[in-house]
Amino acid sequence: MIEVKNIKKGFGERTVLNGVSVTMQAGKCNLIIGASGSGKTVFMKCMVGLLIPDEGEICYNDKDFNKLNTEEKKEIRQQIGMLFQGSALFDSLTVEQNVMFPLNMFTKDTYAKKLKRVNEVLERVKLKDVNKKFPAELSGGMKKRVGIARAIVLNPKYLFVDEPNSGLDPQTSLVIDKLVKEITTEYDITTVVNTHDMNSVMEIGDHIIFMYQGKKEWEGSNKEIIFNKNERLNEFIFASDFLKDAKDMRMLEQTGKINEDRDMDKLIKGK
Amino acid sequence: MTLFTEFGRYLLMIKGMFSKPENMKMYWKELMHQCNEIGIGSLGIVVIISAFMGAVSALQTAYQLVSPVIPMSTVAQIVRDTVILEFAPTLVCIVLAGVVGSKIASELGNMRVSEQIDALEIMGINTKAYLVLPKILAAVIVIPLLVVVSAALGIYGGQLASTTAGILSPQQYETGLLQYFQPYNVFFALVKAYTFAFLISSIPAYYGYHVEGGALEIGRSSTKAVVVSCVSILGADYVLAALLLH
Repeated sequence: MIEVKNIKKGFGERTVLNGVSVTMQAGKCNLIIGASGSGKTVFMKCMVGLLIPDEGEICYNDKDFNKLNTEEKKEIRQQIGMLFQGSALFDSLTVEQNVMFPLNMFTKDTYAKKLKRVNEVLERVKLKDVNKKFPAELSGGMKKRVGIARAIVLNPKYLFVDEPNSGLDPQTSLVIDKLVKEITTEYDITTVVNTHDMNSVMEIGDHIIFMYQGKKEWEGSNKEIIFNKNERLNEFIFASDFLKDAKDMRMLEQTGKINEDRDMDKLIKGK
Repeated sequence: MTLFTEFGRYLLMIKGMFSKPENMKMYWKELMHQCNEIGIGSLGIVVIISAFMGAVSALQTAYQLVSPVIPMSTVAQIVRDTVILEFAPTLVCIVLAGVVGSKIASELGNMRVSEQIDALEIMGINTKAYLVLPKILAAVIVIPLLVVVSAALGIYGGQLASTTAGILSPQQYETGLLQYFQPYNVFFALVKAYTFAFLISSIPAYYGYHVEGGALEIGRSSTKAVVVSCVSILGADYVLAALLLH
């Protein structure tokens, strides 16, 4: 379990995280959402130990990560897999070598055993005949899938995913979202996803944390988010008329009425 | 950022390189890869500049030796000492600062910007030890060897040029080479080679490792790395000469 206790982080005069506390639900997809500049990436970087918070604690199984010694930190890091926004594949290595890299570094298995495991995870992310290709020869979606394969090859307990859908078309985004969700359930991983894609929120968000100006503004599930009463969250998720209409439709279906400030006649005519 | 802050960060990077390797085999593989990249990758340019450097210094020395009391075999002696003391270690290292330095800085810079370094950190790998240390070690192993090759080729280039131009016979050149030879000069050249090898690998590694931004910043850091390396080589050259040559 990952528990974040009142973390603060600033850069010079600028405070980016201002006292965020949250518990990531074990074995679930935890989504951090928020507008650009709300502190999502810094929050994730603090959680994985790439940045050290100025104050507060990040606890993995009740142990404060930043108080551990180097060896203990390494142990926890080997339980973490991460998919980066740009996939962060090693350019000079083939897909097979990229996925095999953590195995080469941290196991003493034979080459045949490692290759078997690499093929297993590549198959799991639905990639075939790409073993000998270099990252430059792959599409954005394929790179993300190789990134996921590399992240899960050591059977991690925690999976961090930063902006999984950036630069992808809606259909491929959906494939990646489903893959993240399936892997979370199948491997019983605690997954933390950083996103501002509302489709991901609705598809895979078991537990959603909305960040606003460096603070946790709202927390709940994808079922609760639609009818939430938080003004800032509603401004963020229903930014377009299309999404506002979609919300009204859902509300109409479920309750038979829509919000007082919305025009029901207009909505029905539009329908 | 002030000079002292940068120097402090540089020292911290050097300190951070020393930790227990996660997997010795992988580190060894990376070291061999870097030796090949730095050594074999730079051999061509070293061969070319060394041969021409020796040839040109032989012709220019002969041109200036107009006194009838100085034997022409002195040309070989001057070429030998110039090449060993200065041209092979300093000039070659300045060229390598451009070739190797920009490669190290841009490679690490690209890895930083594309989050590959972060990916390694998250896996629990000490990136300073895995990415920077093998580059510095490889440079310190391979560059002195390149300097030795450069010195030999420079002297041979001088012989080829002076005999082809009819300034000296091969026997006269060999006589000149053996005149007043001081083995200490070779020791001095190797001290310089080791020092410069450390500078031209660690300074670009520092600039590449700490890149922030995008493609433009990678280019800037690469240029800065080469400039700072060259200036450091010249500074160190002066300090070593002042300390070791009396």
